[in-house]
Order: sequence, then structure tokens, then C-alpha cells
Amino acid sequence: MSPLLEIRRLDAWYGDFQALFGVDLTVERGETIAVIGANGAGKSTLLKTVCGQIGAPAEAVLFESEPIGGRPAFEVARRGIAMVPEGRLLFPSLTVEENLLMGACTERAGGWDLERVHALFPVLRERRDSPATMLSGGQQQMAAIGRALMANPTLLLCDELSLGLAPVAVRDLYAALPVVKAGGATMVIVEQDVAQALAVADRVYCLQEGRIRLAGRPAELDRERITRAYFGT
Amino acid sequence: MDWIDTIVQGVLLGGLFALFATGLSLVFGVMRLVNLAHGDFIVLAAFLALAVVGGTGVSPLLALLIVAPLMFALGHAVQRGLLDHTLRGGVMPPLLVTFGLSIVIQNVLLQVFSADTRRLPAGGLETAGIEVGAGVTVGVLPLITFATAIAVIAALQVLFYRTRTGRTFRAASDRPEVVPLMGVDNRKVCALAMGIALAVCAVAGVLMALRTNVSPTIGPARLLYAFEAVIIGGLGSLWGTLAGGVILGVAQSVGAKLHPGMQILAGHLVFLAVLAVRPQGLFPRMRD
Repeated sequence: MSPLLEIRRLDAWYGDFQALFGVDLTVERGETIAVIGANGAGKSTLLKTVCGQIGAPAEAVLFESEPIGGRPAFEVARRGIAMVPEGRLLFPSLTVEENLLMGACTERAGGWDLERVHALFPVLRERRDSPATMLSGGQQQMAAIGRALMANPTLLLCDELSLGLAPVAVRDLYAALPVVKAGGATMVIVEQDVAQALAVADRVYCLQEGRIRLAGRPAELDRERITRAYFGT
Repeated sequence: MDWIDTIVQGVLLGGLFALFATGLSLVFGVMRLVNLAHGDFIVLAAFLALAVVGGTGVSPLLALLIVAPLMFALGHAVQRGLLDHTLRGGVMPPLLVTFGLSIVIQNVLLQVFSADTRRLPAGGLETAGIEVGAGVTVGVLPLITFATAIAVIAALQVLFYRTRTGRTFRAASDRPEVVPLMGVDNRKVCALAMGIALAVCAVAGVLMALRTNVSPTIGPARLLYAFEAVIIGGLGSLWGTLAGGVILGVAQSVGAKLHPGMQILAGHLVFLAVLAVRPQGLFPRMRD
């Protein structure tokens, strides 16, 4: 069976600045992939090219064997790729529940609905009528994940889940990921927190200055190799 | 008793200003686009109604059933064909393009309809009045206008806060770059918003042309009243826009009572006063 997501020789540009150089990456169904790397290594750029926020050659990004590179973001979302963007980016003038319902705009069938998201993150039920901005950082991240799940994605992209959150909040969030995975979602997680990423991932890619420097299963990678790929020393 | 009459007339006039302002406010709210051709679209709708009434002989209010959908379609087309391309380039391109649209619309109207002033036949409605006691008579037409303003704003309020479309409007207003990640085509959202805004322009244009003479070049002044109503009321609040219209209407009405030449100036002065004392407007939307 072909991989769910296949990225082939992907270059990405911001104007004249090249952010990714010939990146190859595959994601099999049901896998959890972690993409690690230092600030500016191109991790977020990689996710943005997949979800259609940054242009790419059509054949460079294959999703369910179909070329989706450069397709508009709304179309990619309807095909089943949901994004938890860096910084959460909830809609501030919508309530928590309205934010979740926005995720359902893709009108994709599947097991995720308000009730199941509420079961995963009960605080979102308690605060359902609060403005999204009244939530704590960790709760906002839960809402952002819940919003993405409401789209019933085949592939869930998570950009920097732990960024700017208290360690206890990060622990709660990562505790929820196995439930998401059990629901059948394939995940790509971008993280700066390497330990956190290695703990949940089936496979890891390490980006450095726009190139893949290391790829493998967490058990096969020793600390020294990761450090070298991460910092380029 | 004279003063009560002045205030009442001003409040009712405010309904028309609120109708001018609603579409402007909606478009700004959803896509942060200041439509400098807004007043000209109102005038265009009035002339379309004149053409429909002239051509078919139906009553102006029936003509609205044709003009409003036409304006909706025009708004949709203008957004998709023209304004969408300007929205990604920062603040200036949409301003310049809508400014250009304003000039184009005025000149097309001058070409087609000449510079003559015209008015929609109201069939006696314009002079009909209801005696409400204490020497105050309320015109039926201003009353209809005011009731229409309330109905339009209430309907938009329901649309914005009770429907899925409205939720998407508010989301697009907050974070247009995130809306596509939800599987929503932002261009369709904007086109729908512009369509609704121009349909409201149609309502405003017909009611305006029933009440006063219109000519192709009066659009920019309507834009100014709309702006003032929006700013006085506070950005992003539909009921605030109604309040802004009413305050502007009362100011103009009181100004006219003090001195006939003071009508427009009094409105501008109140606007400036609000801007100086409370630049966020009187009832800005709570950033909840």
C-alpha cells in the first residue's frame, strides 16, 4: 500500500529565500511522525507546504497518492489534512464551542464530533460558552486540537504543541495524543521539545537548515547522533 | 413641542443613515475593506430602481424585489472579479480600486441617466403622516425607513450570531488566514459578504430616492454619512451603527432647526466631537 503522505524532493521558498532543500519524507497510515529541529530549520515551513499555505510543485506532495502540492489550503483541508497551527490561532471573537464547530466546516464524516472532543478535553465542555481568549494557554491548545479533530482528518499536523506552555499543560496535551491516535488519526508533530517528540513518535525526522539530516525510529537513534543532526556540530 | 418634533424627525432620519452605514460596516467587519464606492453603490441601486419603475411601472417597493438581487449579484461579481485581487496587497490597493470604482460608477450613471435629479414616485406616501399627539406628526415614509433599518439590522444580527454563515463571517474577520484551514474558501465568504452589503445598499437606495432627489454624483456624501454613523456607533457593532445613525440624524435635524444652513455641519461637528472624546465610538464591539 502506498504511503498516506509522500513528500518528494520538496523545495520551498519565501520569495527569494529558500527554506527547504530537496526534502523527502513519507508518512504511513496510522503512524505518528515527529519532525524536530532548531528554530528556523524549516519544520513549520514543511507543514505549511503540506496544508497548502505555501506553494509547492504539485508532484512534490502526494496525499493518498494524489498530487496536492500548491493546491489551495481550503481544498487540502477538505481532502482530510487538518492543521493545529503554531500559536493556536483560535478565533478570538468566537466562543470555545463556535471555534470547535468551525473545524467541522470541512463536512467530513467520521468519529469526531463535539461530544467526543468534550470527552477528550472535558474543560472545553465546561467553558463551551466562554470566549476562546478567556482560556489558559494549555486550554487554548486543547481547543485548537479539538477544532482540528472536528474536521475528521485523515492526517493531523501539529505545529509546536508545547510552545510557550507550562510543563504541566504540555504533559496533559501529550497525554491526549494516544487517544487521538487510537481514533485512527495519522499524525505529524513538529516539536522543539525533543524528549517529548521522541516519546510519542514512531519515527523521527530531524531538519537542519532546510535539509533532512537524520531519520529513523527513536529506539535506533542515540543521543549523540540526534544532537549532531539538531545542531549541525 | 417643536423640539420634540425635531428630535423625532431626526431619529427617523437616522434610520436612513443606519441603512447607509450597515453595508459599509459589514464589509469592513468581514474583510477589513473600506469600500470608498459604497455611497455610489447606493446611488446606483436608486437609479436601477428608477429604471425598473420607469420601464415596468411597478411600485418602487416592488422594484426592490428586482434591484436587491441584482445588487447582490453585482456585489458578488465585483468581489470575485476585482476586489479579491486587491486584498492581499495591503491597505492601499483596495482603497485605490474602490475609489476608482466610485468614479467609474458616477460617470456611467451620468452617461446613462444624465445629471438631472430624479425621484422615485411614492404614490402619495411621501406626504402621508400620522398624528401622534402633542403637535408631532410622523411621516409614514420615514417611519417605514426606520422600521426597515431595525428589521435589516436585526436580520443581520441573527445571521451573524445564530447561523453557520455568520460564524464563518466572524471567523474570517478575526483570522482570514486560518479560515481556509477549516476547509472554507475565503473568497466565497468575502463575495457573500459583499453581495449582502450591496443588497442592503439597494434597500437604502430605494428608500433614499423615495424621500429625496437623487443625481449621479451624490454618492460620496452618502459614503460620508455612512462613515460617520459607523464611527459614532463604534466599529463592529450593528446596533451601534443604528445608534450612530440616529445620533447623526438628530444632530442634523437639530442643526437645521437652529439655522437652515447648519444641518450638514451639525452632523459633522457631532461626529468630530465623538471622534475627539471617544475615538473607538460609543458602542464598540466588546473584544470578548
